[in-house]
Amino acid sequence: MTRLLRAMGARTVDGIWRLGFATRFFLAILARSGTSFARFQLTIREVFSTGVLSLIIILVSGFFVGLVLGLQGYETLQRYGSSEALGILVALSLVRELGPVVAGLLFASRAGSALTAEIGLMKTTEQLKAMDMMAVDPIARVVAPRFWGGVISMPLLAALFSTMGVFGAWFIGVVFIGVDDGAFWSQMQASVDFRYDIVNGVIKSVVFGFAVALIAVFEGYDSAPTAEGVSRAITRTVVNSALAILALDFVLTSFMFRGNG
Amino acid sequence: MNRTVLDLWVGVFVAVGVAAVLFLALKVGNLASANIGETYRLQANFDNIGGLKPRAPVKSSGVVVGRVTEITFDPNLYVAVVKMDVDKRYSFPRDTFATILTSGLLGEQYIGFEVGGDTEMLKPDATITKTQSAVVLEKLISQFMFNKAAESPKAPEQ
Repeated sequence: MTRLLRAMGARTVDGIWRLGFATRFFLAILARSGTSFARFQLTIREVFSTGVLSLIIILVSGFFVGLVLGLQGYETLQRYGSSEALGILVALSLVRELGPVVAGLLFASRAGSALTAEIGLMKTTEQLKAMDMMAVDPIARVVAPRFWGGVISMPLLAALFSTMGVFGAWFIGVVFIGVDDGAFWSQMQASVDFRYDIVNGVIKSVVFGFAVALIAVFEGYDSAPTAEGVSRAITRTVVNSALAILALDFVLTSFMFRGNG
Repeated sequence: MNRTVLDLWVGVFVAVGVAAVLFLALKVGNLASANIGETYRLQANFDNIGGLKPRAPVKSSGVVVGRVTEITFDPNLYVAVVKMDVDKRYSFPRDTFATILTSGLLGEQYIGFEVGGDTEMLKPDATITKTQSAVVLEKLISQFMFNKAAESPKAPEQ
C-alpha cells in the first residue's frame, strides 16, 4: 500500500518537475532568441525542414478531408433540402476546427517527431556538450531556431490545409455533384466572418504551433542519451503534442465560440 | 542543400501560406464585401425579438445596410432594446418601419426597414418608434387552431 502511494507520489513530483523544467526551458529559449535571430539563416533552414517538407502531406490530407466533408455534408444537407449550405458547413468546420487541429496533429507527427529525433541524437552523440565546450550556446544555436521554425510554419500550414479543404469540397460538391457554384461561394461568404471565424482559427493555429514546437524541442533536449531514450522521447512528443492540441483546442474554443454569434 | 535554393523554397512556402490566409479572408470570409465603413447608431424597441442575434444584418429592400450590435432588455418598459449600426451613406425617414423578418423558412432572422414618406430623416442615436415583432410560429399556429375551433360549429349550417 505504501509502495503504491510512494509510486504515485514519485510520478506526481516527476510530472511537476518536468512541467517546471519545460517552463524554464521555454523562458531560456525566449531569452536566447535574440542571439539566434542574429543568424536568421538558421531559422530559415528550420522553416524549410519543418514547413516546406511538410507541405505535401498537409496539402494532400487537406484536399482529402475537404472531399470527405463535401460528400458527407451534401449527404446530410440534401435531406433538409439545403444543399447550398454546403459551403458554409465546409468553410466553418475547416476554418474553425479541422484546419488548425488536423494540421497540428499532422505537423506534430511529421515535423515534431523529426525535431525531437534530431535534438535527441545530437544529445546522444554529445554534440550539444561539444558546443558547450566551444562556448557555443546549444539553446541559441540548435534549439531556438528549430522552435521558431516550427512556430512560423504551423499557422501557414494550417491556412493551407483549410484552403485545400475548401477547394476539395468545392471540387466534389460543385464539379461532381452539381451544387450551384454561386450559392456555394456566396452563402459561404455571407456567414463566415473574418474577425470571428478566420482570425480565431489563425490564433488557434499559432497557439498549437507554440505548443507542438515547444514539446518537440523539450522532449529532444530532455531525452535520455541512449537509442532507447531517443525513441521514447519521440513517442512522448507525438502523444503529448496530440493531447496538448486537443486539450488546448477545447479551452480556446470555449473562450472563442460561445454560441452567441 | 544550396543556400539560394533553400531560401527560394522557404520564400515560396511563406508566400503560398500568406496567399492561403488571404484566400480565406477574401474568398471564404466576407472581409471585402461586409466592410461597412462609417456607421451611425439607431435604436428600436420590440415586444418580441424572436431569435434575433447580435451581428444579424439590417436590410432595406433586401440590401444589407447595417448590423445589429447589441440586444438588451428594458426592465421599465418590458421591451427588447435593439441597437444597430447603420451605414452612414444611407439615411432613412423618421417614419421608417422596422420589422423582424426571417430569411427563408428556417433561415436566420434579420431586421427589415420599410421606408416611410416623412421628409425628416432619422438622426444618429434616434429611436425607431414603428416596429413589428418577430412572428412566433407557435402563436400563429395556436391562433389558427382557435379560429378553426370557433368556426367549426357553423360549418354544417352553411
